[in-house]
Amino acid sequence: MPDALLTNNSDVVFQTKDLTKTYEMGEVKVHALRGVNSELYAGELVILLGASGSGKSTYLNILGGLDQPTSGEVFYRDTDLANATETELTNYRRFHIGFVFQFYNLIPSLTALENVSIVTEIATDPMRPEDALKLVDLGDRLHHFPAEMSGGEQQRVAIARAIAKNPSVLLCDEPTGALDSETGVIVLEALQRINKELGTTTAVITHNAAIADMADRVIQLGDGMISNVHINNNRISPRQIKW
Amino acid sequence: MKTINIKLVRDLKASWGQAFAILMVIAAGVATFIMSLTTLDALTLTRDAYYRDYRFADVFTTVNRAPESLRARIEAIKGVDKVETRVVAPVKLAVKDYFEPVIGEVVSVPDHRQPFVNRLHLIKGRYIDPERDDEVILNEVFANAHNLNPGDSLEMIIKGNLQELTVVGVALSPEFIYQVAPGGVMPDFTRFGVMWMARDVLGKAFEMDKAFNDVVLTVQAGTNVKDIIQQLDLMLENYGGKDARERKWQTSHRIFQSDIDQLEQMAGMFSIIFLGIAAFLLNVVVSRLINTQRELVAALKAFGYSNVEVGLHYLAFVAVIVIAGLLIGTACGIWLGHGLSEIYTEFYRLPYLQYEVRFEIITIASLITLFAATIGTVFAVNRAVKLPPAEAMRPEPPVKYSKGIIELIGLTRFFSQSLRMIIRHLERKPLKSAMSVIGIALACAVMVVGTFFKDAIEFMIDIEFGLAQRQDITVNFIEPTSYRAFYDLQRIPGVEYGEVYRSVPVRLRHQHMSYLTSINGYDNQRDLYRSLNTENEPIEMPENGILLTEFLGERLKLTEGDEIIIEVLEGKRPIKKVRVVSMVNQYIGVAAYMDRQALNRLMQEDDAISGAYLKIDSAYENDIYNTLRDMPQVASTTARKNVISSFYDTSAEFVYIFVGFIAMLSVIITFGVIYNAARIALSERARELASMRVLGFTKAEISFILLGELALLTLFALPLGLIFGRLFSWYIIKELPQEIFRLPLIIEPSTYAISALAVIFATILSSLLVRSRLDHLDLIAVLKTKE
Repeated sequence: MPDALLTNNSDVVFQTKDLTKTYEMGEVKVHALRGVNSELYAGELVILLGASGSGKSTYLNILGGLDQPTSGEVFYRDTDLANATETELTNYRRFHIGFVFQFYNLIPSLTALENVSIVTEIATDPMRPEDALKLVDLGDRLHHFPAEMSGGEQQRVAIARAIAKNPSVLLCDEPTGALDSETGVIVLEALQRINKELGTTTAVITHNAAIADMADRVIQLGDGMISNVHINNNRISPRQIKW
Repeated sequence: MKTINIKLVRDLKASWGQAFAILMVIAAGVATFIMSLTTLDALTLTRDAYYRDYRFADVFTTVNRAPESLRARIEAIKGVDKVETRVVAPVKLAVKDYFEPVIGEVVSVPDHRQPFVNRLHLIKGRYIDPERDDEVILNEVFANAHNLNPGDSLEMIIKGNLQELTVVGVALSPEFIYQVAPGGVMPDFTRFGVMWMARDVLGKAFEMDKAFNDVVLTVQAGTNVKDIIQQLDLMLENYGGKDARERKWQTSHRIFQSDIDQLEQMAGMFSIIFLGIAAFLLNVVVSRLINTQRELVAALKAFGYSNVEVGLHYLAFVAVIVIAGLLIGTACGIWLGHGLSEIYTEFYRLPYLQYEVRFEIITIASLITLFAATIGTVFAVNRAVKLPPAEAMRPEPPVKYSKGIIELIGLTRFFSQSLRMIIRHLERKPLKSAMSVIGIALACAVMVVGTFFKDAIEFMIDIEFGLAQRQDITVNFIEPTSYRAFYDLQRIPGVEYGEVYRSVPVRLRHQHMSYLTSINGYDNQRDLYRSLNTENEPIEMPENGILLTEFLGERLKLTEGDEIIIEVLEGKRPIKKVRVVSMVNQYIGVAAYMDRQALNRLMQEDDAISGAYLKIDSAYENDIYNTLRDMPQVASTTARKNVISSFYDTSAEFVYIFVGFIAMLSVIITFGVIYNAARIALSERARELASMRVLGFTKAEISFILLGELALLTLFALPLGLIFGRLFSWYIIKELPQEIFRLPLIIEPSTYAISALAVIFATILSSLLVRSRLDHLDLIAVLKTKE
């Protein structure tokens, strides 16, 4: 079983050991993760590939402190996320993690700018919300409500919101899942730019293998376990991706 | 402003319709609470101030005739504060252009000053000029009833002599807030009048020069009234002194107090029931509202907002609505309370109104409301934040639908697919469905409680004046008279039939309990005045023994077969033991009943009567009244129809005023509840319904699913609501004071029907409002977002 462990001396941000997660969906018991061992490194852009139900979202949610494992270890640097309290997890999300969700999860009653502000207001060293929106090329749509924007624009607001607090880690769950290819490219470009310019460790979930070529590393999940890890020495830009 | 607060403001704006409906429910609950309790306060405060400012007597007594010199001795009794010795006498009156007999009570006032006790509040005109012997001051209610003003004249028959009097003033007195004619049960402002004349004039007219026949006094604070009464009785015994009574037995005070007690009970109960229901609904609404925000809660948490921050955010959302509701409710409550108090002030003709809003009342209303809102919010938010955000953001797992009891027994064979969806949805979340049903049921119950009083009062009047008292006229003699006087009455043209009665004032004793009332003696074979048993059938008068009003039996803790001690308060004042034969069902008044001959024997008298009940030909009505007025032995004449209208004008009116306000508030609550139920159901199912539209269902079909659910909930709620309504009504009636009248638990089908219709109407109106939203569901949004 290949582990996502590299024996180099890179700065380890996340480390998981024998990570399992079981939850109940109605009456069905779902074994989402069945023992995942992995490491993620500072500044890298990782793509998590896998079919629906492979456990990639669960893995990402546990890394982001949105969920806790059933068993096994998960560390963010020295922080034990598996045994963290509710408050510790809240602070962890608040100060270190930026999330981008497949369905944007924007607050419908707030404008683009306000959707970003709601996060920067509770962060310690955020960028200006306007700057965050400029980073994703939305400097001219600050005062639009989610309902007035296209899917791609909404997702870019979500990205701006995620990065505006200057997080150490950016976690994206199918950020292009609900978008057409043209819009998807724009969103991916935004992600790549942030990864490069800010050096934010970025993990992106997708089931679209074509996207994998823009990553530093590709971790493939299947059936709740890591099935393959691939180091990409030849990163391409999102424009070059063939959908 | 912080962005999260901007969200708050925008969310409130977006859901203003729903927020407004919740706000109205709270406001109506709070307003009921504050209106009821402040009105009660105002009435009590005003009454107390009036009593104090006008030195309302603490002790009342009458004698046959006592020399004025006794006054100093009464004043010397320890603890007595101020004393007024008076001449009080019954008179017959003739008012211009008014044909029914009018009787009056003249009370003397000191020649040169206001009385020390029971002072008058002059509204019009001036005080008596002692130099003139024809001046009279009228009690305001009587003056108003006949439109008499200073300068008008009035004829009075004093000891058989007609005397023309001039009205010089119109006044109020704490002693006669309610005017009840001697022997009457109901206040009467038209056919009975209280008036004041100079002491000297009355003394001469009634052979009471340098003497008195009535004493009123106030006592010093901290004095034992019973001691004073004992000494007073002892002192006046030789002058025909009857039992001195403390204020609580004074007629006007007693009825007024009973009204206040009644209001106290109604105010207490309605305010608790209404505020309780509002609080319950608030709780339900708030928790469902927050449940629909599950994903937003998860998103906020994912950004790093803590549970407490998210909780406070939603608490603030609810707080804005609740505080707005509280403010509006408080303002409306004070406004309505002041209005209601003014109506009551006018109703009782109190000289002024003291309306104060005690801080505690507002505090308690606020605390109950805030508590309910906070509990509802905290539980719901807690449920929402308890889930790890990852789980909260996953679409809720398809809830386990199964075939419920209705399907298992095979009923759904007859149902369409849509109806099956509705039923499964309701069965899936039994607790939530139950809460909705209870909420709507409570709204329905509030309607019943707010409107049933009319039924109870009308039923009471029907039984009391249709089955029990069927005489057209009651004639009261000045004093117990020989049976022969009855023949004179029968001979009057137009009198068709008559029955006699003997009425004796008594104190009934059993163990340590006692009650001041009267024993009424009747002959058997009565067609006019009949006592009824609990099945409302006439009871035969037993040859021996006594019948008691059920209320009296309960008060004295007596049952059939027990012995009771009768202390007669008239004539030779015998004391006798008599066996209780059975109980009488009587809604108005309190009395004991005996066979007249047995009562005559007990009184050691011959065939005496106190008066008669007459059935008359209405064509002769005025002639009969004229004849009766000229009969010297007749003290008063009461027409049954006047008693009924008096009751409606006084006691019933008192209840109706209050209940009218309550009914209005209950309509608001009913609508608020149902509209909210509909709106929340819509927000919970908007996505599902939009998906169905995408699949090709028509607007009508999805409307049927959502509104059908509401209709079904309402259908379940209605019978339950009517039952709740009956229970609340039963409880209210049980807790009402029973002294003056006892309301039966009668709720007519029409009241149930109106309550149910109000709920159905609110359901239809809410459905129409929600329906227009269903027509504008955003189908594209559903396709784009998850699930």
